[in-house]
Amino acid sequence: MKHTISVLVENHFGAFDRVATMFSGKGFNIHSISIGETEFQELSRMTIVTSGEDKIIEQVVKQLHRLIDTVKVVDLTDQQRVERELALITVNYGKGQRAEIIDLCDIFRGNVVDINPKTLMIEVTGPPDKVDAAVNVLSPFGIVEMARSGRVALRRGDQPKDIKREYSSVV
Amino acid sequence: MSEQKPLLSGADIFFECLKREGVKHIFGYPGGAVLKVYEKLYDVDYLEHILVRHEQGATHAAEGYAKATGKVGVVLVTSGPGATNTVTGIADAYMDSVPIVVFTGQVPSHLIGNDAFQEADIVGITRPITKHNFLVRDINDLATTIKKAFHIASTGRPGPVLVDIPKDVFGGSAYFHYPETFDLKGYKPKVHGHYNQIKKAAQVLSRAKRPLLYVGGGVIMSGGSDELSLLAKENNLPVTMTLQGLGAFPGTDPQSLGMLGMHGTYYANQAVNNCDVLVSLGARFDDRVTGRTDTFATNAYKIHVDIDPTAIDKNVVVDLPIVGDVKHVIAGIAAEMKNQQDLTEWWDQLNGWKEECPLHFETEDGLLRPEFIIDKISKKTKGEAIIVSDVGQHQMWIAQHYKFTNPRSHLSSGGLGTMGFSVPAAIGAAFAIKDRPIVSISGDGGFQMNIQELITAVAYKLPINFIIINNGFLGMVRQWQELFHAEKYSFTDLSASNPDFCKVGEAFGIPSYCTDKQEEVDEILNKAFDRTDGPSLIEFRVVKEDMVFPMVPSGASISDMIVKRLNPKRMT
Repeated sequence: MKHTISVLVENHFGAFDRVATMFSGKGFNIHSISIGETEFQELSRMTIVTSGEDKIIEQVVKQLHRLIDTVKVVDLTDQQRVERELALITVNYGKGQRAEIIDLCDIFRGNVVDINPKTLMIEVTGPPDKVDAAVNVLSPFGIVEMARSGRVALRRGDQPKDIKREYSSVV
Repeated sequence: MSEQKPLLSGADIFFECLKREGVKHIFGYPGGAVLKVYEKLYDVDYLEHILVRHEQGATHAAEGYAKATGKVGVVLVTSGPGATNTVTGIADAYMDSVPIVVFTGQVPSHLIGNDAFQEADIVGITRPITKHNFLVRDINDLATTIKKAFHIASTGRPGPVLVDIPKDVFGGSAYFHYPETFDLKGYKPKVHGHYNQIKKAAQVLSRAKRPLLYVGGGVIMSGGSDELSLLAKENNLPVTMTLQGLGAFPGTDPQSLGMLGMHGTYYANQAVNNCDVLVSLGARFDDRVTGRTDTFATNAYKIHVDIDPTAIDKNVVVDLPIVGDVKHVIAGIAAEMKNQQDLTEWWDQLNGWKEECPLHFETEDGLLRPEFIIDKISKKTKGEAIIVSDVGQHQMWIAQHYKFTNPRSHLSSGGLGTMGFSVPAAIGAAFAIKDRPIVSISGDGGFQMNIQELITAVAYKLPINFIIINNGFLGMVRQWQELFHAEKYSFTDLSASNPDFCKVGEAFGIPSYCTDKQEEVDEILNKAFDRTDGPSLIEFRVVKEDMVFPMVPSGASISDMIVKRLNPKRMT
């Protein structure tokens, strides 16, 4: 099962490498990893998507904790969270296909961000399964190039008890 | 303005830091990137620099020093090959949780990444084998980094820390300020275990009918041997130890079952299989201890005390984990023990196993055997020597037959299993321990792996007894070849190609002795141990084909122990 783990690390030289080295050294899987600035100047947040049995995930979390540069490690998998991914997808368009592609792009609330006589570049943002769906739908046209950001995720804020249920299914 | 501090060079700052950390010995080897440090070292009188002959020797010496004392061992080497030569020692320290700090010189900052002369990315290379490492890029960070390095190495689960310092940082200048505190947001080791869990552990242990304490190196590292003795003695609990745990509880005590695991005693392994409560204290359920994990102590309620949360549930899932410093937790459990069960029946069973299958070795045939020699050394030194073993069969025979009475007495490369550990580690220990004999015991294979360090022992007049158990084979590998690899003794026979060890010793200026006779052992040991103004060397030529038993084959259940060899073979 896939797990999304959020890690706050100190902005130290080699901190990213330390995390990546730990994963490869212990034989853990990494599906995606993203890193960027946070609300603290001295900390970065890594969002790591990994998979394995519960026992493995427990070790992943503990081993991440054990690294000196990691300040906080949270497995978000069982928590209310928002997950987003960005993809840039360049697709071929044949004669008469442009409007169809732009239509599909609208369905996914994507944007066309570049165009030339042969290809279109589309930006899609959303939960990873939505990005997957967009990729699937666009593939028949011929994807020339694609870049995906990997997931970023944050835990949702606590909701007042009575309305929590109502909002919990909103992605 | 009158109190304006003077500017110090990076090398000055380096030594000021070491002074404040109370460092008395550094093991090192000079080179281009650390010339500035060695220039300053020439005039430093508050610590002793020990010149080794190979950087691997420096790291093992620092390990020996740290294992024997609990203090941080310190290494200083140059960049490139100097740094890469420390890698095996660092990996060894990482596996056995030994607190060492390794300072490596680095090429000047502006040349880093340039494939400069003697450049190696040692921070990258050692990242997976250090507890933490640093590259100092600004001289203003030097003092704080060194303080952090010592703190990280020596606290929590100890381990090696590497600090890489470019040549221009040593050569630069800055105002010296040694910080009292520093901020390590992500590193706050937990010392005290959770009270409720300690209380629960004591309740479970009190109610146990067949309890067993399984003691690892953590007890020694935390200085918890006294607390362990109190807990075991007051409650009449049997104690079994891992390789690294030997010495935590006296091997001469009737409550000691000796070592458990692959080459552990029959009775220790029987105790593990039959206990109803197993308390692991500072041990990590290593594969050499557990064998097949799904059959390990299946009927026991397992309590696991460790300072490192990653050790818990890693190999074996336990019922009650306690994260904390083992010394504190043992004291806590001991204080909470009440109304303990009567253990007479359990002890009858344990003593029955002891009688059924004691550790045994053959002497009647008159042949010289390693176990006989180790038994002699054990008796001669009353279990009080510092025994520095190498890796292989002799290491297991030491673990079985030397009756350690004190903690920090058995120095051995356990986790990594580094041949060549013994000679330099004994040298490191000899700088720290002056009032007890220091005995380095190696096989003929491992002895040759850091043989160059013999001259370090001579140069510093260290009274180490270097003992070589020479069976003319890489014995442990040979044992596996005989048992599991179709008796193909592939490249393990050294008998025709070993050097004359006594002549080697003499070339280094070491009084050297050799025998293959049981009756000469006492006399030679006496001669060698009498020497106090420098090292001695003894080569014992022993039976070639002996194997270490009992043995649990790799990956088997510990109940599938091979107790002895059925058809002893003789090789000619």
